[in-house]
Parts: sequence; C-alpha cells; structure tokens
Amino acid sequence: MLTRQRGSAVRRPSRYGNGEAQVHLRGLLTENLYLNLERSGATAATCGSGVTYGRPAPLESARWWARNTEAGAGSGAVDWPCRSMTQSVVVQVGQCGNQIGCCFWDLALREHAAVNKKGIYDEAISSFFRNVDTRVVGDGGSISKGKICSLKARAVLIDMEEGVVNEILQGPLRDVFDSKQLITDISGSGNNWAVGHKVFGSLYQEKILEKLRKSAEHCDCLQCFFIIHSMGGGTGSGLGTFLLKVLEDEFPEVYRFVTSIYPSGEDDVITSPYNSILAMKELNEHADCVLPIDNQSLFDIISKIDVMVNSGKLGAAIKPKSLVTSSTGVFKKRQEKPFDAMNNIVANLLLNLTSSARFEGSLNMDLNEISMNLVPFPQLHYLVSSLTPLYTLADVNIPPRRLDQMFSDAFSKDHQLIRADPRHSLYLACALMVRGNVQISDLRRNIERLKPSLQFVSWNQEGWKTSLCSVPPVGHSHSLLALANNTCVKPTFVELRERFIRLYKKKAHLHHYLQIEGMEESCFSEAVSSLSALIQEYNQLDATKSMPVEDLPRLNVAV
Amino acid sequence: MVLRLPIAHFFEGVCFGLFLSMSIVTVQLGQCGNQIGFEVFDALFNDSHCPRGLCSKKENEAYQASCKERFFSEEENGVLLARAVLVDMEPKVINQTLSKAARSGRWKYGQHSCFCQKQGSGNNWAYGYSVHGPRHEESIMNLIRKEVEKCDSLSGFFIIMSMAGGTGSGLGAFVTQNLQDQYSSALKMNQIIWPYGTGEVIVQNYNSILTLSHLYRSSDALLVHENDAVHKICAKLMNIKQISFCDINQVLAHQLGSVFQPTYSGEGSFHYRRNPLGDLMENLVPHPEFKMLGVRNIPQMSENSLAYSTFTWAGLLKHLRQMLISNAKMEEGIDWQVRPPLSGLPPLGKMSVNREIHFNTSIANLVILRGKDAHSADVGAFKDPALYTSWLEPVHAFNVWKTQRAFRKYERSAALVSNSQSLVKPLDRIVGKAWNMFASRAYLHQYTKFGIEEEDFLDSFTLLEQVIASYCNL
Repeated sequence: MLTRQRGSAVRRPSRYGNGEAQVHLRGLLTENLYLNLERSGATAATCGSGVTYGRPAPLESARWWARNTEAGAGSGAVDWPCRSMTQSVVVQVGQCGNQIGCCFWDLALREHAAVNKKGIYDEAISSFFRNVDTRVVGDGGSISKGKICSLKARAVLIDMEEGVVNEILQGPLRDVFDSKQLITDISGSGNNWAVGHKVFGSLYQEKILEKLRKSAEHCDCLQCFFIIHSMGGGTGSGLGTFLLKVLEDEFPEVYRFVTSIYPSGEDDVITSPYNSILAMKELNEHADCVLPIDNQSLFDIISKIDVMVNSGKLGAAIKPKSLVTSSTGVFKKRQEKPFDAMNNIVANLLLNLTSSARFEGSLNMDLNEISMNLVPFPQLHYLVSSLTPLYTLADVNIPPRRLDQMFSDAFSKDHQLIRADPRHSLYLACALMVRGNVQISDLRRNIERLKPSLQFVSWNQEGWKTSLCSVPPVGHSHSLLALANNTCVKPTFVELRERFIRLYKKKAHLHHYLQIEGMEESCFSEAVSSLSALIQEYNQLDATKSMPVEDLPRLNVAV
Repeated sequence: MVLRLPIAHFFEGVCFGLFLSMSIVTVQLGQCGNQIGFEVFDALFNDSHCPRGLCSKKENEAYQASCKERFFSEEENGVLLARAVLVDMEPKVINQTLSKAARSGRWKYGQHSCFCQKQGSGNNWAYGYSVHGPRHEESIMNLIRKEVEKCDSLSGFFIIMSMAGGTGSGLGAFVTQNLQDQYSSALKMNQIIWPYGTGEVIVQNYNSILTLSHLYRSSDALLVHENDAVHKICAKLMNIKQISFCDINQVLAHQLGSVFQPTYSGEGSFHYRRNPLGDLMENLVPHPEFKMLGVRNIPQMSENSLAYSTFTWAGLLKHLRQMLISNAKMEEGIDWQVRPPLSGLPPLGKMSVNREIHFNTSIANLVILRGKDAHSADVGAFKDPALYTSWLEPVHAFNVWKTQRAFRKYERSAALVSNSQSLVKPLDRIVGKAWNMFASRAYLHQYTKFGIEEEDFLDSFTLLEQVIASYCNL
C-alpha cells in the first residue's frame, strides 16, 4: 500500500499539525512585536532580526523598511542612465519545494534589508521582488522606482494539497505572496510521480501556464526560472518535472535551474526510487542546470554545526546569527523546526548563487555564465555545491589562514550538499563564487594552492570560473559557494538505479503507476536507460583519470 | 635647463595653436574594459594635473593641454569629459564606473556616452559577437559617431576589452570590425586583457582565440596586458599584500598613461607629438603579420619605497634592455645571463616554442623617457642590430620619445613598447589549450547555438598558428 507520506524523509506531515503551527506563529508574532517595541530606534545594523513582514495594511513593507533600516533619512533614488537588470522567478513545487521556498523568501528579504538601508526599491531587490502599491485595485500597480511600498515575491507556489501553502499564507510571509500566485489542490499526489506528472500535469497545465505567464509579464527581462522540488515524492517530482517541459516550450530563452532534493537511502517513501528515476529522465532532458542535494548531507552538516556550537571551546566565539542554518537570531533554538535548519542551507545556496548577479562586485558572474562555464556537454548539467564557512567566528579580524580554510573546506566531502567526494573524483569544471571581503589575490592564491590536490579532465586543466561579489551574506564577513561539475555525483545516480532495480524486479507497487493514463512499462525502461546513459558518460570520463594529460598534435601551417 | 627654458617659452607662445594634439576616442567594453577605462582616465587626469611635473609652468601647461586634447573635451563649466564611449551588456558596472568618475569631481563621462542592456553575454563570445553585436550595432556606432564629431581631428580609437569574457571579447571584436568598416582611415588599437593562466573563465581559451583571430583582421595593433604579469607587479614591486582588481587596474593604467601621455615630437623639439596613435603604429607595426605589442615600465614601486630611491637614466635603461631581451615583465628577477646572439656566428636555428626561449628577438621597439634630463639619456644599447629581426635595420626598428615632464611621482621613468616574441609563449599556450578542448568538442554547443560553427573555430586556429609560426621565425 502506498503511504500518504511526502517525498523526503525528514518532511513528515505529522510535524505540521495545523494546531501546532498556529500556536507557534502566534508566539512568533508576539515575540517580534515585543522586540520591535523594545528596539524602536535601534541601530540599522541589527535589522536582520526581529523582522515582521508585511501585514494587511497597505504600504506595510515600507513601514517595515523604515523601522528596520535607516530609511527615515529619505533620499531620492539616483537616476542612472542604465536601469534594470534581469529578474528571476522561483517556482516551488510540492511540500519540500514550498518549505525551502519559504525559507528562501525569508532570507532573501533579510539580505536585501541588510544591504538596502534606505528602503528604496532598487535593481538588486527587483531581481526577486516586485514593488506593488496594494491600494491599487486589481493586479496591484507595479511601481518601478522610489520607495518600497509592498514587496511581492516573483514566485509561483504549486502544491497538490493545501497544508504547507496554507501555512505559508497564515505565516509571517503571507503578504509577500498573493492568491494569484498559488496553485493548490486538495487530493495530493500520493507519492506517485505518475499522478503528479500525468494526472495533475494535464489537469493544471493551463492554470500553471497562466500563472507563469503572469509572473513573466511582471518582469522586464526575465532571465531564469528557479525550480525547487524533491525527487522522491509525487507532486514535486511529478508535477515539478512536468513544469520543466512547459517552461521549455513556453520560455525557451529563459534558463531553468532546478534545485532537486534527492531521497536518502533510508528514505521511508517506498516508491521514491520510481519517482526519482522517472523525474531524472525529465531533468536530463529539460533542465539547464540541476543542483542535486540530499537530505542526509544537510543533516550531517547540521549535526556538525551543533557539535561545534555546543563544544565549550568554540561555542562562545561563534558570532550570533552567522550560522548558515539559522533564519533569525531571535528564536530560541528549541522553537525552530529541525528541518528549517536544513531548508535554510538550501535557501542560502540559492542566495549565494544569485548574489553576484544581484549585487556589485569587482568580478561579476551573471546567471547565464553558470551553465556557459560549467556545462561542457548538454547532458552533464549536474552541479555539486558546497557552502563555506558554516559559521563565522565572532572576532572581526580574519587571519589569512582562516580565509584559506574556507577554500579548503569547500572541497572536503563533509561540506558538500550531496554525499560526494569531489577531491577523489574528476573535475570537468569548477566555479568559486566568493562574497564579502575577499580580493582577487586571495582567490588566485587558493586556486594555486588547491589545484595540485584536484584532478581535472584532460581538456580542461584550468577549469576555473571565479567571481567576487562585494556584499557578504548577512552575519558573515565573507563566504564561498563552490559549484563543481564533477564525476562524484555518479554514486548517487548509481545507488538510485540499484534501489530502483531492486524494486522494479519485484514489480512492487507498479500497478499504482500503470493504472494512470499515459503510463506504460516503457516509461520505466526509458527512464532507467536515460539514467544509465548518463552514468555511462560519467564512467567514460572517470576512465580518463588514469591517463596522462597530453597535448594533441596541432594544426600545421606552412610558413 | 636654464638656457633652454626661454626657447621653449618662445616656441610654445608662437606655435601653441598649430600643434594641438589629435584626439583619441576610447571605447570601454565589458566589466574589465570599463573598470580599466576609468582608471586610465583617472591616471591621465591626475598626472596632467599634478602640481609638480618637475618642469616649468609653461611646459606643464602645454603638456596638460596636449593631454586634454587627446583624451578629454571640456564642458562649459570647465569640467573635463572623457572622450569615451562605455559599452556593457549589463548595468551594474557602468553605473559603478559613472558614479566613481562623478565622485572624482574633476572629470567625468558624458551624460549620453554609455550604452548598456539588461542581460550580459554570459561569457559567451558567440553571444556577444553574433547576438548583441548586430542587435545593438546602430546604437553603439551612433554613440561612437557622436564622440568622434566632438573631436577637431581624430587620431583613432583605443578599444579596451578583456578577451576571456563574452561582452568585451565578442562585442569588442564586433565593434572593432565595424570601426574598421566605417572609419577605415582612423587607427584602431585594442587594449587586450589576457586572462590568468590558471583560469578565471572556463571557456576563456575559446573566447580568446576567437577574439584574437578577429582582431588580427580588423585592428591595427593589439596592446596586450597579462593579468598574471600585472598581478606579479602588484605583489613584488608595489608590495601590496591583498591585491584587488582595483590595484591591478591602477598598475595597468599607469603603464598605459606612460605610453599615451604627451612626448616631444622629435629630437630637440619641444612641441608635443600630435598624432600619438599614428606615430606608435608607424614605429611599431611594420608588417600586418606582426601586431602584438607589450609594455614594460621602470621603475614601478610603492610610494614608500620611492622616497628612498634615486635613479639614473643609465641604470634604468640597462635594466629595461635586459628586461626586453630576457623577456622579463618587471625589473625583479631579471635573468642577466641572457645575451644577444653574437653577430658573425651562424644563427642557432629557428626558435621553437617548445624549446626554452632565452633570447627575445624584437621586430620593433619604442622607448619613452619622461623626466629630468631625458634629452641626455643614452639609448644606444637599444640600437644593437642583434636585438632585431634580420629584415629590419635598427634605424627603422627603434625609436625613442622623450619629455622633460616627469610622469606622476617618478622623477625619471621609462616605458618600453615592443613588438617582440615575448607574447608567443602565452599565445601558444592559449591556442594549445583551446585546441585540446576543441578536440573533445566540449562547450561547442554553446557557440553553435549562436551561429559560431566549428569552421569558424578552425579558421581562428589556422590564423593564430600562422601568427605563432611567423613570430617564431623571426
């Protein structure tokens, strides 16, 4: 029998009893109000905490900005001849996707609040948010410049049940979304990819398209869709990958970056190997870049941080609010849901990935540079990511040694967001996206230091892409996101295939899929051969590892 | 000195108007081009307005006027406007550059001199060249035309771009080609930023070969700066611990300033040279097969060290010559063992890029001396025929430009612009890496998507192999 549990192991409906959520939220708001009263006139530097996002009253965001930043000073926007950069739309699908999305919007607001102290709707904010005058009836008049009125996330929220989306709508982020951005159903996909992909896909295609078009109309140069979903369940996996094809057909010019949460081995959704394999085929064919993440790695990172924080030696030295996992500094730890920490890591990944496109820096990296640099062959678009440092020590002076440690950690296997060991596998390409107080010489020094311990494919021996963004993440002085196109993703895929084959041999649960219109056994065999072809490509690359790097004979010219 | 001054006064008084310099329009492309462009104008402005040029007031004024005419126009309120067009495909860098210039308060960019779009070229040469180029051709060429119309007489274009990325390299190649079509008589010199050898953009070798091969067809000269070399100068000579792009760009701007600031038009003359680009090309690019130029400077050091140093022309020139023949980019770590081949002995055979290059053969050299007693400096050592390829006489291959006006904070300083074998190795490395990648067909789909086919790559490879072979056979 299929269970009604969600795709990934750590996200169980039982944790989301609505009663519990209500109590929790009430507590949150009270605490915030209290803090705001206490801190009226507090310094701007602390604006990352005690945030209450928009409330029903119009112009709430503006007030929030004024309260939490130096906006009171009131300065006009500088009118540059070159306005407007690109925008991105986040499409969060399924329970997992929406929970991560929620963390993302929370952190994105905090980040922009920390940078944009004047409360002016600027280029950087516009990449993820619309500025809307909620007093205008109807669609809400978009305002392109001036003060922040009310910010609306450039997002489409899709879930085939109502729980998580309702929770978001009742939570502190409720005014960042409006009902026009949501698509929900009540029946759920029952952890069945085919239900999500085939049933809900055809049922909601028009509606999804309409919301996507609407979100695209609000952009003046839409560059990228970020899809967040999990692979193991029904909605995120099935409908999430259905959406990819829709996006490809409707917006062929717009990049599709997919953040996919892979099930871990001990996953308790029994059909997760089916769902993941079927979803993999779609990712292979329709995504520009996939950032695979697994729950186990996120969990390990959190355990590591916990040990650090609680060990007497370091605990006191860690700067508050600087954990890669923390959403705010005001909540006591006991109040945070355990997977909030995990979701915050993913949210931070997306923030860091887009920071160089949003903020200034001496070496910018636009989103379209990611696939250009990191995807040598269209199919090999799976990027292993790592975030460092996981926390910042409280003292401000960073000795170079500690800065160098940040670079070393980015290559160690305990900092990867998927269980993988890039150091002992083959690099096709590697991007280092640095934020904060780091200069080009630090970057070059570390590349030269680390290069000898890493193996690059013969035709890309200097496969580095670098960027320097001057704005660090909130609470940090500097940070690094490493993206690797590395054969170390292969074991995840191999393991997935093995789990699939074990299940498929017994034909276990197969009838749940085959009874869906449009599903045939060939769907499974095609999916598994698509995955095998991908694994084979990685095998072939791995086979070149032991070969000496030789220059090929060059063109001869007559002199 | 004392005797000379009245004569100088006399000449300046009489002929000032007749000897106005021709102007150069600078085109800054992409993030790199715009960041460097700003530093160049800032360096030019600060140098020409520094209170003590260690020369007479009159002479300083003439120098200033000449610099102004070359690189700036004047607004009614006396604020100088850079003769520049800023082009980028994303807004952040241009906004930053404009505001930095405005903040300087002394010079700025023209209000309508920039062009930018929302979405960059994504490190894709093909996107810059085949998509952005044709799409924005008219707007960009219009901006350039307006800037040209502001010049009384145009010497040519100085195009600043990197070759690793997409906008500077791809759009830069496109714009240069258009300039060649529309202003065929004006000279085009491209300032090229050569990427770090250890990689800063993964497709940098592809982008570089496409850029170089296209520029070889449309540009008159490529002035090359290697990031690695400039980075080393920052670390070793300037003593900067944490090097930023700003530091690197300032060193670069210093080197360019030392080349482009005014110098006397000839031996014994005290007028400033009218057509710097034209003279530069005439001296340094005697054959279209050889158009890659490099710059070396001496001295270069931090202000702290400068206070404790004195220099003689003989010492500076001795170092500079050894830097040239041993192919050192800076005065530290020069190999003093390298000697020119003895004349009369049979030549050691043609140079091969695979063999260690010891002696760096030149096609042409230009030494630029700035500062005290520059007229008395002896540059005879650069006239040795052994330094040059056999088919050019030193009298044609070597030139010296001078001015008494000191450059920036250096009482005496020398720059050497040379067309020599020194860029063969880096070029060979880039072509080799690109070739290895090309053989695996990696990343090609990103280029063919925008109409740059394998044939185009092969054309570029062929042209550059030809260039490498020609330089090797000097």
